[in-house]
Formats: sequence, structure tokens, C-alpha cells
Amino acid sequence: MLDSAQTAERVTEILDRHRGMEGALLPILHAIQEDFGHIPQDALPIIARDLNLSRAEVHGVMSFYHDFRENPTGNHVLKLCRAEACKAMGADDLAAHARRELGIDWHETTRDGKVTLEPVFCLGLCACGPAAMVDGKLVGRVDAAKLSQIVGGLK
Amino acid sequence: MKVWLPLDSAAVALGADEIAEAIQSLAAQRGVDLTLVRNGSRGMVWLEPLAEVETPQGRMAFGPMTPEDVPALFGDLAAHPKALGRTEDLPWLKAQTRLTFARVGLTDPLSLQDYTAHGGLEGLKRALGMTPAEVVAEVTESGLRGRGGAGFPTGIKWKTVSEAKADRKYIVCNADEGDSATFADRMLMEGDPLTLIEGMAIAGLACGATKGFVYIRSEYPVAIRIMQEAVAVAQRAGILGTSVLGHGPAFDIEIRVGAGAYVCGEETSLLNSLEGKRGIVRAKPPLPALEGFLGKPTVVNNVISLASAPVIMAKGASHYKGFGLGRSRGTIPLQIAGNVRYGGLYEIAFGLTLDQIVNDIGGGTASGRPVKAVQVGGPLGAYFPASLFDTPFGYEEFAGKDGLIGHAGLTVFDDSADMLEMARFAMEFCAIESCGKCTPCRIGAVRGVETVDRIARGDSAAIPLLTDLCNTMKSGSLCALGGFTPYPVMSAITHFPDDFQPRRFEEAAE
Ligand SMILES: Cc1cc2nc3c(=O)[nH]c(=O)nc-3n(C[C@H](O)[C@H](O)[C@H](O)COP(=O)(O)O)c2cc1C
Ligand code: SF4
Ligand code: FES
Ligand code: FES
Repeated sequence: MLDSAQTAERVTEILDRHRGMEGALLPILHAIQEDFGHIPQDALPIIARDLNLSRAEVHGVMSFYHDFRENPTGNHVLKLCRAEACKAMGADDLAAHARRELGIDWHETTRDGKVTLEPVFCLGLCACGPAAMVDGKLVGRVDAAKLSQIVGGLK
Repeated sequence: MKVWLPLDSAAVALGADEIAEAIQSLAAQRGVDLTLVRNGSRGMVWLEPLAEVETPQGRMAFGPMTPEDVPALFGDLAAHPKALGRTEDLPWLKAQTRLTFARVGLTDPLSLQDYTAHGGLEGLKRALGMTPAEVVAEVTESGLRGRGGAGFPTGIKWKTVSEAKADRKYIVCNADEGDSATFADRMLMEGDPLTLIEGMAIAGLACGATKGFVYIRSEYPVAIRIMQEAVAVAQRAGILGTSVLGHGPAFDIEIRVGAGAYVCGEETSLLNSLEGKRGIVRAKPPLPALEGFLGKPTVVNNVISLASAPVIMAKGASHYKGFGLGRSRGTIPLQIAGNVRYGGLYEIAFGLTLDQIVNDIGGGTASGRPVKAVQVGGPLGAYFPASLFDTPFGYEEFAGKDGLIGHAGLTVFDDSADMLEMARFAMEFCAIESCGKCTPCRIGAVRGVETVDRIARGDSAAIPLLTDLCNTMKSGSLCALGGFTPYPVMSAITHFPDDFQPRRFEEAAE
């Protein structure tokens, strides 16, 4: 666990890197999430003070966007495309298989903390669906066997 | 030995990085002097990963490559099990008219030398010798309309910004590309990013803007990386910076990353997001062209609109305008997706019928079963049944059939598709992605899901309720998310009424 002084130091360093940028809040939130894996609640007042916003405003922005998370994920994040072109190729069955195999629903993390399952609406791989993203790595034409293999390979 | 292997996301998702590694290690093992170029994709996704090898006869294509196919690339190429012949002779590629995508797949995306050797910068150089008004007139004359979906004439938008008086103006490239079945923006940014940069610089000259942003969705990590590198290449070469190509005004570009909100593809929501706010849609007027980013005059254009400016400037408006149908001028990068045999990107003049696109080019379904429906224009587009397959691809032609072409994505479904489920999904997607500003969108979409569920349970009285709800959403929504979600829903009900009959209930009970 990080103490709040450490959090403050890293957040301030990120804020310094974004000084002078027009409309810097999204890039700042991305940088914080990249660094911490999520947006620690302790970071919000620091960002707010720096950008001359209220804490509620920063929280409002953060919560508007699906990408930003308040809590850490599991060790791995599995994103499955739920959009139309992947549905045409069996994405619904694939998602059902994944939920069964992992024993969790969308947005949940397995009890051992290993995998978080997230829906995604299109990865631009619509001519080779169903598509997935595993810890940032793109995978096309995923079927149940390939998915089990991917999940089995996660440590 | 010179080999091309795409860095394109689709190729990578099908194993291109592993093939690249295998080629490199085998070359090292055998002491072969290898030049491996990671290019854009040629757009034939069913052949990815597609390797190309330089030979005296031209570039030879091999695909879809597996690691087992790699050793044979070092042997007799004609005998290679995946040999496809010369790339440029492949019929799917040969029949296209590639204007905007002319260099994608051909060149090293980050090589300025490749870029200029294949006609890059000619458009910008010509624009530098013209007045802003002349550049605007050329783009207007080309007939180019916004490729982001709404089809607004690009030249007219530029004229408004060009004539606006302000201390700062902006060019914002909309690379949010959230529609399912679309990947043209991604492929262009990954395969020929300098074209987009050149197009934005031309827009900057034409409009008197000195700063550009490219807002790329976070789901596109490869495109983000390549665009960042390409901006650095352009800055080093003086294409961007204090003076465009050393004798123009200043113009620079910054890459920004979205955060997973579909609605941020809507231009005013995007501007709010760029400003660091929630991506709530703004009421219009004021038009972004007059009061856009930070209240300054701003061009917001789709990637393909901007990336078409260089070829229009290089070859002239009349060349571009010479292609097309009716009021849909030029070419359109069709993105053929879903359950389709030959899926990918196909750039061609407007005017092909849906039948030609789906059956002749796409080869029908991947499953081999009959085509049931094609959704055209992404999640806000209508489902077309086979009986409407004679519709020619054009803005007005599709509007005339209660549909839209949107960003030109087509999703093919075979006869196993359940159109009630697709109608439900359209409502669910709208509910998840609504910015929340309008009640008919925010609440209506949630009611829509519930109403579809009632129909699924056999309550056919809920069908008129769903129709009413769609009418309310159409008339009471500020933007096309709430306003157009009725297109997929109503087209599903209208064209596939059997899927909404109580018989579904009996089947489900079996
Ligand atoms: C919900 C919604 C999502 C949109 N998504 C995109 C998008 O991802 N990319 C895009 O270029 N336009 C999108 N648009 C259209 C934009 O609002 C705008 O019309 C377009 O960026 C203008 O550029 P163009 O004239 O070059 O098409 C969207 C519109 C709506 C209502
Ligand atoms: S229609 Fe929906 S997404 Fe569009 S402005 Fe209204 S609430 Fe927002
Ligand atoms: S619809 Fe799944 S990747 Fe586009
Ligand atoms: S803001 Fe337009 S209907 Fe609510």
C-alpha cells in the first residue's frame, strides 16, 4: 500500500509534466492510471487544487469515462468485444463461455485476484472477430478453445 | 532479402508479431541479410498476416501466414504453400480505386522518403502556393463530404472557419471511430499517418489555424503509437512546426487519447473531452466552426475527410469529383465486417449496390449460410434485408431507404442472427453510452431494453410501445445517439417481423 505522501509526490510529478497543456485533465488522468493502475481517491483533491477545480468536478470527469477506475483491477485485464460485428461472429456465446470459465460477470475480478473481465465496444478488429484484448494485446478470431488457452496462460 | 509484414492491429491480432519474430530469427540463423518493413495492411483481413517479399518480378504476397509457413519464405517462393502471386495482381486489390488509401500497405508508414516517393507532400506543396480561399474553393469543388457520418460538405465547414476572425483557431481530427464495423481511420493512421498529418496541415493553411489535435480512442494502442511517432517525424522534417515546410505559417499537432466513451465521437462532446471536461454534448448553435475548442473557431473533421485533402490538392478537385454517384462524390473506404468471407477495407467510388459489396466483393457469409441482414453505418445505422440489396452506396440513396451510410462500415449477419436481440442491443448500447443530457435518450433507452424484453416474453402489445418510444427518441434527442438508435431498432422490426413474433417464446420454452 502506498501512503498518501507517496501518492501526492507521484501525482505532483505527473501534474508538473502536464503544465501548460490546453485541457490537460484527461491526459493527467491517463498518466495517473498508467502509473497507479487506477485513480487513487487521494489524487483527486491534489489534481483539483492544481487545476483550480473542485474535487467534485474532477470526480465527475473521471466517472464519466469508462476507462478510468477508482479501484485496482486483477493482475490481468481481459476485454471482450460486445459490439455488432463481433456478435455476428458469436461474441455472445464466447462471452458466456468466459463468464462461466472465470466464474465472474462483466466488470468483476476473479476471487484469486487474477483476472478482471471488461466489455469493450469495438476494437477495430471487426473483420476478424470475435475480438479481445488481453493486458493490452490484441487477439482476433477468438473462439472458446483459444479463450480457454489465453485464460489458462495467465499467471 | 526485403520483407513487408503489417504492423496493423488486425494483422497483429492474427499473429503478425510472432511471424515477424520468426522471420527475423530464421534470417539471423541462416545469415540472411534481412530488411523487414512493418507496413500498413493491404486491407484483405482474411489473408492476414500477409507477408510480402521483394522479387525481380515485384512484391509477392503470402498469406495467411502461420509460424510453420515462415521457413518456406527462405526457399523456392513459387512453391510456397501460401503463395498468392504478385500483390498488385490480387483481384480484390486491383479492382479498387485507391485515392485516400493509395499508400496504405505499400510504404513504410514512418518513412518520409517512402512517403514522398509515392506522391506524399505534393498536395501540401500546391496548397502553399495558393491563397487560403483558393484551397477552400478547391476542397469545396471536389464535392468531399464529411466521412464521419453526417456527410456535411468539408469545404463549406472550412470556409466558415477560414472567414471567422479570432486570435487562435484549431483543426481537430476526430479519430474516435467508435462504430462497430469501422476501422478505416485506424488503418489509415497505422498505415499512412503522414497523409493525415499532411491533410491537417492543408486544413490549417486553408483556415488560418496554427494548432491541430488528433483525438484517438484509447482502444487503438497501435494507432496512438504510430501517430505519435509520425508527428515526431513530421516535426523533425519541418512539415510541422513554426513554419510549414519552411515557407508557410506555423502549424503543429498534438495527439490526445480518449477514455472509452462512444459519445465522445460526437463533435461537441469531443471538444468538451479535449478541454478536460465530461463528454456532454453541447447544444448547437454555436457551431464548433465559430465557437469550438476553448471557444475558438474550430474545424472538427473525421480522419478520412482530412486524409482525403492531400490527394484532392495533388490531383485537383475535378479528378476526385470525377468518381462517385449523385451528390456522393469521390471514393469511400468500405469496411466489410462481421460474418463475411472476404472482410476488410475496400476503397471504391460511391455507387456500388449493397449486393455487389456483400456478395461479389465480400463473398457472402464466412459461415457459408445465407445472408440475413447487413447493418450499414455502425450502431446507429439500419439493418438492411436482402430485398433492399439493390440500394446503391450513397448518402441520399441510403437515406431514401430509412438508413444511413455513416462511416461506411457494413456488418454482415447470417441466418442465425436474432434481430430482436440486435434491437435489444441497440437500446442497451444507447443506455450505456448516453451522455445523459436528454431524457428520451438516457431514460428512453433503458425503457427500450425493457420493452424488447417484454416482446421477447411473448407480449406482442409491446411492439407499438417500442415504436412510440422510438418516435420519442427520434424527436426529443439532441444528438444522433438518442436520435438514431431508432434506426437499427425500427429497421429490425420492419424488415424482420418474424423475429418479434410470440413464436419465439414457444421456442425458448422448449
Ligand atoms: C454519438 C455520435 C458518435 C460519433 N462518432 C464519430 C466518430 O467516431 N468519428 C467521427 O468522425 N464522427 C463521429 N460522429 C460525427 C461527428 O459528430 C461529426 O459529424 C464529424 O466528426 C464531423 O467530421 P466530418 O464532417 O469530417 O465527418 C459521431 C456523432 C455522434 C452523434
Ligand atoms: S441524445 Fe443522448 S447522447 Fe445525445 S445529447 Fe442527448 S443524452 Fe446525450
Ligand atoms: S465489433 Fe468487435 S472489434 Fe469491432
Ligand atoms: S437536452 Fe435536448 S431533449 Fe433534453
